[in-house]
Amino acid sequence: MTGLTEIRIDGRGGQGNVVAAYVLAQAGFEAGRFVQAFPSFGPERRGAPVAAFVRISDRPIRRRCQIRQPSYVIIQDASLLNVPGITQGVHPGGGILINSSRETEGLALPVGVKVKAVPATALAIQFLGQSIPNTALLAAFLTLTDLLPLEALQRVLSRRFEGEALERNLRLMREAAAQVSPGSWKDAGCDRCN
Amino acid sequence: MASDFDHESIAELQRKQPAFRGLDAGHMACPGCGQALGARLVTEAIGPDVIIANATGCLEVFTSAWPRSSWRVPWIHSLFENAPAVASGIEAALKVQGRPTKVVALGGDGGTFDIGLQALSGMLERNHNVLYVCFDNEAYMNTGVQRSSSTPHAAMTTTSPRGKQRMGKRHLKKDLLSIIGAHHIPYAATATVAYPSDLRAKVRRGLEIEGAAFVLVHSPCPLGWDHDGALSIEVARLAVQTGLFPLIEMERGTVVSAMHIRSVRPVVDYLKLQGRFRHLFEDAPEAREELQHLQQIANHNLELYALRSDQPEALDSESADTARRGGLRWS
Amino acid sequence: MIDAIEGSAAVARAVALCRPQVIAAYPITPQTHIVENLAQLIADGKLRCEMVSVESEFSAASVVLGAAASGARAYTASAAQGILLMTEVLYNIAGLRIPLVLTCANRAIGAPVSAWNDQQDSMAMRDAGWIQLYCADNQEAVDTTIQAYRIAERSELPVMVCMDGFTLTHTLEPIDLPTQEQVDSFLPPYRFKRALDPLSPITIGNLVTPEYYSEARYVHHHALLRARAEIAAADQDWARISGRTCGGLVSVDGPEDARVGILSIGSVMGTLYDARDEFPDLGAVKLIKLRSMRPFPAEELQGVCAGLSELIVLERALSPGGGGIVGAEVRAALCEMEPAPRIHNFAAGLGGRDMPLKIYPALLEAAKAPQATRFAILDVDLTKVAEEDR
Repeated sequence: MTGLTEIRIDGRGGQGNVVAAYVLAQAGFEAGRFVQAFPSFGPERRGAPVAAFVRISDRPIRRRCQIRQPSYVIIQDASLLNVPGITQGVHPGGGILINSSRETEGLALPVGVKVKAVPATALAIQFLGQSIPNTALLAAFLTLTDLLPLEALQRVLSRRFEGEALERNLRLMREAAAQVSPGSWKDAGCDRCN
Repeated sequence: MASDFDHESIAELQRKQPAFRGLDAGHMACPGCGQALGARLVTEAIGPDVIIANATGCLEVFTSAWPRSSWRVPWIHSLFENAPAVASGIEAALKVQGRPTKVVALGGDGGTFDIGLQALSGMLERNHNVLYVCFDNEAYMNTGVQRSSSTPHAAMTTTSPRGKQRMGKRHLKKDLLSIIGAHHIPYAATATVAYPSDLRAKVRRGLEIEGAAFVLVHSPCPLGWDHDGALSIEVARLAVQTGLFPLIEMERGTVVSAMHIRSVRPVVDYLKLQGRFRHLFEDAPEAREELQHLQQIANHNLELYALRSDQPEALDSESADTARRGGLRWS
Repeated sequence: MIDAIEGSAAVARAVALCRPQVIAAYPITPQTHIVENLAQLIADGKLRCEMVSVESEFSAASVVLGAAASGARAYTASAAQGILLMTEVLYNIAGLRIPLVLTCANRAIGAPVSAWNDQQDSMAMRDAGWIQLYCADNQEAVDTTIQAYRIAERSELPVMVCMDGFTLTHTLEPIDLPTQEQVDSFLPPYRFKRALDPLSPITIGNLVTPEYYSEARYVHHHALLRARAEIAAADQDWARISGRTCGGLVSVDGPEDARVGILSIGSVMGTLYDARDEFPDLGAVKLIKLRSMRPFPAEELQGVCAGLSELIVLERALSPGGGGIVGAEVRAALCEMEPAPRIHNFAAGLGGRDMPLKIYPALLEAAKAPQATRFAILDVDLTKVAEEDR
């Protein structure tokens, strides 16, 4: 399906990766796209690896199947890099965005997949006083991929937060966006079948 | 004129204006059925402004065979194990609609002690404004006298028969009132068809409660207990007077009153009237042992609830006197 | 108003728009979010309703039975084990002809234990005497829930709205939520003719002897058959208000001259629609969406399948030892067609197994076999099965 982008967000149970997926999908909706978001279904204890998925498209999304070859993967917790296979399954030409303060050399990565590390937790602590990396990761992601205008994320944040909390999130968003090279992942991931 | 107020005319008036009967005559209960009597007394005490949820059991079967019904109040029978839940739903509906009609749930010991215990516990825990009345005839009578957890120790039923290795029901009668008490509902009581005024008073007390109330009504079953239907009241009275079925009231789990017994009767006086205990009168050591067990149970109740009394007992004689005078209308 | 929200949240909003007065539910995955959303609406004062937090599904169904019998619009939801636990009550509700709406968040039934999506639970209730409608996406879940109350209250039959657990309940997508005015114009206040009322006392739940039972069941059966018209009318009337249709009892999408059809039920329809677009070279295929499983629309199905030479029935449940459930009913409905299509019956997606786009070419390939498949589990992986168990 042309114009369809599929994203996987890897996190640990209880850390809000489903929220991240919903926020990303809602940003897509705010930007006038068709969207679908869902968690990896099933019970899981706190701290266990879990995934959430997002589809963003120019056309109505009717399929209900799993996402097996996402164009992009966002890893919310760098310790997940120890989980075997966590970086596999990314579509060639796709990208992996990792929440980490460290560099990414030495990672076993699939051929032709771009990688970027962003210190999202550190930024969150700095701007929000809380270690929730979602806003920073999503801002960096949207900037790298040019998938949606940053303003769409801003609109979603404005519905979820107000007052001082909103202001801090917006500042964080802008800072995280500024730390990555805009559009450098722009051409990954569309135009293939599941 | 004075002659208009003589007892003859008043009796005439009473006959012309009978009390409202939520459960009317013409049902199909066995002669001497304690539950039928209990249900009549309970519904007389309640009056017409009620909705009843009734569990499966004898009462439901002998009052509602299509196309007839003995019920003159709105009445619903759903299943065996869910009368308290259905009553909870009716209560919720009336609450939302702002209607003050009382909700009453009726069930036998099967639907209350056993299969319906969960639903009952839920209803009590949520403190729905429902009066639950259990007619306790101490076995699954409707299906042919199988034992329930309410069946007394050593009683014979079809699933706890006397045999070479058994002397009737092995286990004790479940102490349901303690379970009810643990829910700390505003009011719970035991009653019996042998003391009708006491029963009616307890039902009225339960109806006045804002919140959950529970009344357990001991109801002899001539068929299942194996006695003449004419003896139902006497048998029920002896259950109280031996101490085997104490008449108590509980508020929020604490016993606040008990009907005292002026002359305590030995349990054999009660047991010997019922065929379900006939095996205890055999000339056998196991029979004597079970008689002792039952006497011990009675003694335990007598101690626990301090049931013995030498004094003329207010409730006991008041009930009898009230009955002689023609009911609470005249007191 | 269109918003991107989770399926469960949307269904909760739809229920709230129907102005329920009593809700009783016991938590079970994957229905939990529906009830939690409703609890939050009540707690925030946005829904004036009595929510009874019951101690089991048996009581949940019993509470709403009592409430509806007393004239209050009521709602409950469950899945899998919970549906089975309340089975006796579900039969009771239907036999007593009490209008109710229940959401079944379709989930596989243990054993083996599973929390994931298939339709074994609602299929197990097809003989309980309820109306059963299946939703292909979350928009249909919203629209069908609203329609369900009108259908239930007009036909005096309870309605089970089936939506795939997790696949729909836990998926966020754009959903158009109607306004209160729209729903009020479609759904009048609940008036139950046989409501329990001291001013007009009746007896509900009599013992019925052999002399009368057949007639009672006859009336029930025919009420379900007549409800087909109510189901169709509700969809049309709601379409006039909302601009959307759910496809009535059964609907078809595809070229008029297509000789191959795939019939399915529930959310897999979306995957089939997209797959047909992704594999355009596999020929003209009609995609048939079965929405009403009870009453089963036999005549409508005959019309929709006229002209097909191959019909593939894909379902997400089975009757172990028998075969497909939907497949068997489709065969029965079409057996007198002259000519009748060859029918191939497959179950897939059991216990939440993913149904990828490539099941579409797999099904079409299977339909070319010289011998039509009476029944098979399409996506079983025999390498995981011991030799002696095959």
